[in-house]
Formats: sequence, C-alpha cells, structure tokens
Amino acid sequence: MAAEHSSIDALGQFELHTTLGALGHSVNFTQANLLMLVCSALILALMYFGMRPSAIVPGRLQAGAELAYKFVHDMCVEQIGEEGRKFFPFVFTLFFFILIGNLLGLLPYSFTYTSHIAVTFALALAVFLLSTGVAIYIHGWHFLSYFVPEGSPKILLPLLFVIEVVSYLSRLISLPVRLFANMMAGHVMMEVFASFMVMMAGAGTVGVVAAFFPQAINVILIGFELLVAALQAYVFALLTCLYLHDAVHLH
Amino acid sequence: MMYRWHRRIAAAVVLPMLALGMAQPAFAEGMPQLDFANPLTTAQVVWGAVIFLALYLLLSRWALPKAADVLKLRSDTIAGDLEAARHAMADADAAVAELTAATAKARAEAQAAVNQATEQARGKAAAQAASLNERLEAQLKEAEGRIEQARAAAMGALHQVASTTASAVVTRLTGQTPDPARLEAAIGAALAARGG
Repeated sequence: MAAEHSSIDALGQFELHTTLGALGHSVNFTQANLLMLVCSALILALMYFGMRPSAIVPGRLQAGAELAYKFVHDMCVEQIGEEGRKFFPFVFTLFFFILIGNLLGLLPYSFTYTSHIAVTFALALAVFLLSTGVAIYIHGWHFLSYFVPEGSPKILLPLLFVIEVVSYLSRLISLPVRLFANMMAGHVMMEVFASFMVMMAGAGTVGVVAAFFPQAINVILIGFELLVAALQAYVFALLTCLYLHDAVHLH
Repeated sequence: MMYRWHRRIAAAVVLPMLALGMAQPAFAEGMPQLDFANPLTTAQVVWGAVIFLALYLLLSRWALPKAADVLKLRSDTIAGDLEAARHAMADADAAVAELTAATAKARAEAQAAVNQATEQARGKAAAQAASLNERLEAQLKEAEGRIEQARAAAMGALHQVASTTASAVVTRLTGQTPDPARLEAAIGAALAARGG
C-alpha cells in the first residue's frame, strides 16, 4: 500500500486556475467563479422558468420553485419571527448559493467552491457583519447586554462577558470551517478511493476484482455526499437564521 | 438539536479523512485552500462577492417578489372563493329562514280564519236556537192558556150539569126540591175535594 500512496494526489482537485481563456487570465477569473456563475444562472432559471406560468394550480417546475421559496421563507419566519421577512432574500440567496454549489461540485470534472475556506469565510463574514450590524442598529448600546447572561452573579460578570464575547466571535470560525471541512473531507475521500480503484485495476486480474471494493465504497460515498451537500447548506442557512434571531431579539 | 446531529455527521466525515490524511504524503505539501500566496485564492473571493451580490440583487428585486406575487394571487383567489362560498351559504340560510317564516305566517293566518269562521257559525247557530226556543216558548204559553180556558169552561159546564143532576136526583128520592143554597155549597165542596 505504501507504494501506492505516493501517487495519490487528493488535493490537486482543490487547486485554482483561471478560466475563460486570456480574458479570464487577465482578471484572475477562476473556475470557482465560473461555477458560481453557473450556480447563479441555475437559481435564476429555476425562479424565472418556474414562476413564468404564474398559474393558480402550479405545474411541476412552478411547484419546485414555490417549494424553494416557501422552504426558505418558512425557515426565516419560524426561526427569526415576523422580522425574518426582511432577511428572507439574503437567506434565500445564501442557502441556494451554497446548496447548488455543493451539488455542482459533485459532478465529474467540476469544482466545489465551498471547499475553499476563503469562500466560506467570506460568506460567514457577511452573515456575521449583517447580524452584528442588525443587532447594533436595533438595540444600540443595549446590544452589549447580549454578552451578559441574565441572573448571573455580579462578581462573575467580567469573566462571563469575556467568555460570551469569545463565543460570539467564534461563530466567525465555526460557521465557515464546518462547511469547508465537510465539503473538502468528502471530496478527498472520494478522490482517494477512486485512486485506489485505478491503481488496483492496473495490477492484474486479482487487482481488477479487488478494484470493485473501493468503487463500491465510492458509490456509497456519493449518496452520503449528496446528504452532506444538502445538510451543510441547510445548517449554514439555519445558523444564519439563529444568529439573526439573536440579533433581532437578543436571546 | 440539529446542530449536535450535524456535528456528529461532521465528525464521522472528518475523522476518517484525518486518518487517511495522515497517511497521505500529499497533505504534507499543504492544502491549495491555504495557499494565500496564490493571488487566485483571494481573487476568487472578490469575484465571488461580485457574483453573490449580483445574485442577491436579482433575486431580491426581481425573482422573489415575482414568486411572492404568484403566491399572494393564489391565496387571494382561494380566500375570495371561500368568501363567495360563505356568502352564498349565508344567502341560502336567509332564504330558508324567510321561507320558514312565511310558512308559519300563512299557517297562523289560516288557523285564525278557521277559528273566526267556526266562531261565526257557532254564534249564528246559537242565535237561531235562541229564537226557535223563544217561538216554541210562546206557542207553549199560548197552548197552555187555551188549555186553561178550555178547562175553566169545562169546569163551569160540569158545575151546572152537577147541580141540575143533583137537584133531579134529590127531587126524585125525597119528593121535595132541595134548598138551592145548600145544594150549591155541597156541590162546590165535592168538586173542590176532587181537585176542581
């Protein structure tokens, strides 16, 4: 096995390169950005072609578009409350940007932009800045009371304040790392098992038979990755809603 | 709850990855994601921000309001239809109530008319019976008067016949004419004793 490992390049799939020829090269337009464009086009196409009939009794595509709308809308209203309607477009964009990105990344020869910590961090930063901005806009200085748990002994207040601030800031780490690590882990595992299969298949008759095992694992992994892709998008959007709820209601 | 579940899944994914990863020399070379010396790492974020913002604006200004309009149209249509149905039901209920009231009124009027007619007939019959009684009473009285008269006449005639007969009997038995005053008194007493 040790000899095989040296030839597995599990991380090469995450390397960025420019796309769209010389023009893309001149403005550093990467394949990640191309996938983002495809993702945006798919979301807009779903909403455009889905809602175009504007039928009272929806067809299949319209039912899909309405399901997408209602799913995120209900999540916003349930988690944030009536104020959640204001943040609905943002949460909708965020959820589908991540979900479609995760799913597109599972296609062969594709690229998963959510497997880049820089991208997920930027998304989390947008969420963090939005929720903090909303909290300060609504509550002003009273926002600081968020870091003071109710009914705690006065002598512990400074310590608790520091702990709460640190835990608040740690959102900025946990939110992007969760998505990034999940996406990257799945893709690395599939790459590794796929490489096993190719190597085994090249090692004679016994190897060809043995190669079915890593392939079988990859079949299972694809199903698992589909789950993770949807789940992580949901978790990201749900946590965004929870943070916005905290910002609007302070607990 | 969701959070904890998801953490468990994340752990299930990350731990085998780390186990594999530690055996991979490729990891030692570093992850492309952390290669911040590569300008593309930050460039993709800048472009990503532009694309995300454009997507957000298109969705929030155009696509989502359109979807909201369709959903609102549907809920309005359903609410309108329900309202119309409720209206129709109320109308039907009112019509039924009106019909019931009219039937009850007609029945009451008919009953009153029947009662009045019965009363009238009864009064008329009573009046007729009263006048008939009156007439019969008068005829009865008249008949009684006639009977009384006839009786008195009969009694007068009887008195006369009795005194003539008694005088003749006494004359034949005794040979002398009785004293008319005594005879008269005896006949009167005898007639009175018989209920004359």
